[in-house]
Amino acid sequence: MKNFSWRKAAIVATVVPMMALSACSSGGRPAESGNGAAAGQVATTDRIKIALITHAAPGDTFWDIVRKGAEEAAAKDNVELLYTSDPEGGRQAQLIEQAVDQKVDGIAVTLAKPDALKSALKKATDAGIPVVSLNAGETVSAQLGAFTHFGSNEKLAGAAVGQKLAGESLSHPICVIQEQGHVGLEARCAGVKEKIPATEILYVTGTDMTQVSSTVTAKLQATADADAIIGLGAPYTLTILKAVSSAGSKVKVASFDMNAELAQKIADGEILFTVDQQPWLQGYGAIDSIWQNKRGGFTIGGGQPVLTGPAIVDKAAAADALQFAQQGVR
Amino acid sequence: MTATNTLKRPAAAIKDERIGKRNPLQKLLGRPEVGALVGAIVLFIFFASVSQTFIQPNAFATVLYGSSTIGIMAVGVSLLMIGGEFDLSTGVAVISSALTASMFSWYFSVNVWVGVVLALVVSLGIGYINGWILMKTKLPSFIVTLATFLMLTGLNLGLTRLIGGGVSSPSISSMDGFVSAKAVFSSSVNIGGVDVKNTVFIWIALVAVASWVLLRTKVGNWIFAVGGDENAARAVGVPVKATKIGLFMAVGFCGWVLGMHNLFAFDAVQSGEGVGNEFLYIIAAVIGGCLLTGGYGSAVGGAIGAFIFGMANKGIVYAQWNPDWFKFFLGLMLLLATIVNLIVKRRAELK
Repeated sequence: MKNFSWRKAAIVATVVPMMALSACSSGGRPAESGNGAAAGQVATTDRIKIALITHAAPGDTFWDIVRKGAEEAAAKDNVELLYTSDPEGGRQAQLIEQAVDQKVDGIAVTLAKPDALKSALKKATDAGIPVVSLNAGETVSAQLGAFTHFGSNEKLAGAAVGQKLAGESLSHPICVIQEQGHVGLEARCAGVKEKIPATEILYVTGTDMTQVSSTVTAKLQATADADAIIGLGAPYTLTILKAVSSAGSKVKVASFDMNAELAQKIADGEILFTVDQQPWLQGYGAIDSIWQNKRGGFTIGGGQPVLTGPAIVDKAAAADALQFAQQGVR
Repeated sequence: MTATNTLKRPAAAIKDERIGKRNPLQKLLGRPEVGALVGAIVLFIFFASVSQTFIQPNAFATVLYGSSTIGIMAVGVSLLMIGGEFDLSTGVAVISSALTASMFSWYFSVNVWVGVVLALVVSLGIGYINGWILMKTKLPSFIVTLATFLMLTGLNLGLTRLIGGGVSSPSISSMDGFVSAKAVFSSSVNIGGVDVKNTVFIWIALVAVASWVLLRTKVGNWIFAVGGDENAARAVGVPVKATKIGLFMAVGFCGWVLGMHNLFAFDAVQSGEGVGNEFLYIIAAVIGGCLLTGGYGSAVGGAIGAFIFGMANKGIVYAQWNPDWFKFFLGLMLLLATIVNLIVKRRAELK
């Protein structure tokens, strides 16, 4: 045993258990199955180019759904979709200018920071490019030259949550904001607060789930009389739910937005309900409306925003929503 | 020529000050973490006096948990800073590790432990690459790790979409091995009716191991040496390259531990997470008395720094304050802590 090699021993010690564990596990990637989306006929109109420019931060599940809706509309309408995004207002404006330079046939844009985008959008409308806004910026949409807006009013959505919570006779909710200073998120909590004045706001660092969890636990310990907690995005709500159950707290959990896991928890009765702004519709509607505009000069909405929500998904509606959430469209 | 006359030998033989005994208080004040310790005590008393909840055992467990998720990384980052380098890729490297484990197990439908082991290899690999590029190119670690930070951010997003079809890794909670892995990386221990998260114990264990290595082993001396003066260290035969690469790999190991906690605590990981956390780890190490220039500091200091961060972060919630000001106070605390460190160190050295 003079030539006993630690290196060899280490390799053996790692590889052998790995091989033993390599047997198939349950619950992994499902076998490939056909995706029902957009396999049908494509519009016979000339191929056009539409830019979808959002303020999405990289890695946010919400925008996946918006993008899916847009892609599906693009596939049906014979549209080449150019998707770009930048959370910073100035750089989003540059993306719009780039789209104008590329001579696109239409621009769909989110107006989270309208002031920064004003002059870039003027360039687009001056060049005769039809503009549609989506998701954020309902109030400034027409002013900035968009012919319509697809989105859900954040404050209305918040009020809907407040109403629903009050209906469950809950009176002291905590509204958890994952990005301090985000206008849309603040508006959601303001909407809740409008219906239930005792609502408290808690700020957490959305980029670190462990901090979300521990700060929520801290808040629950500090506020013993709280009876509900609201997450403003599906992944955050799921983390909050874990924190609530591990703290042994009795507070009810409600949410904004949706993903498959969240829909499952609603169906299981662990989460009361969620308010879905139906992001798929926002992406689909924005692209489709530009195509309609090209096809026959139509403008949908009659100069008013087209509301895609709020749609409340509670236990009764969850089973239905779940199958679509699993496909990534809800 | 008369000047030589004045250079008389002192009458009594004075002992060489280098081997003289220092009084214990001075010795204590000379420790790198003393400024942070004072700060932590002040902050604790402060929050305990403004909030009733803060001192309750279960609230304290929450503070410790919040501190541990910073502290685990701060152990590696402190060692690295003593070794004279720092790492900007730590925040996203944690998420890379979690994503590797989750996506690999999910995609190939294997036991999650396979993913966990692979994630360890990847984490150590990231550390190795950081260190290797640094030693090969002699570029500042700021630049090298900034580059890896950006690349990892991109890889996290790109590969997650490519493999999982979304920006969030799929939930792996129903897969084989999940329960046992969760027990290892994310469980709680009940101590006197209070649930304490096991990351707290992992944190303490890591601090203990790091302190032992730093103060009691040859490797510890190497770390101080390469951080103090790289060329001098090389001249006396310290394996500079291996030490530095090893330090980056130690950071990678800590990232793996925290990444696995993230994964098994929340089942799924969002690919955009982690950005910005690298600064928290560096802040913890600096508050704890590690010098940015290297050669000075301790693992315990980094732990106290993380604890200060945890107390401030959670204390504001317990005290029901407006959190708009949190970042301001964090910055102020960083400044004060480093100034206190500086003063304490200077005075201790003067005596």
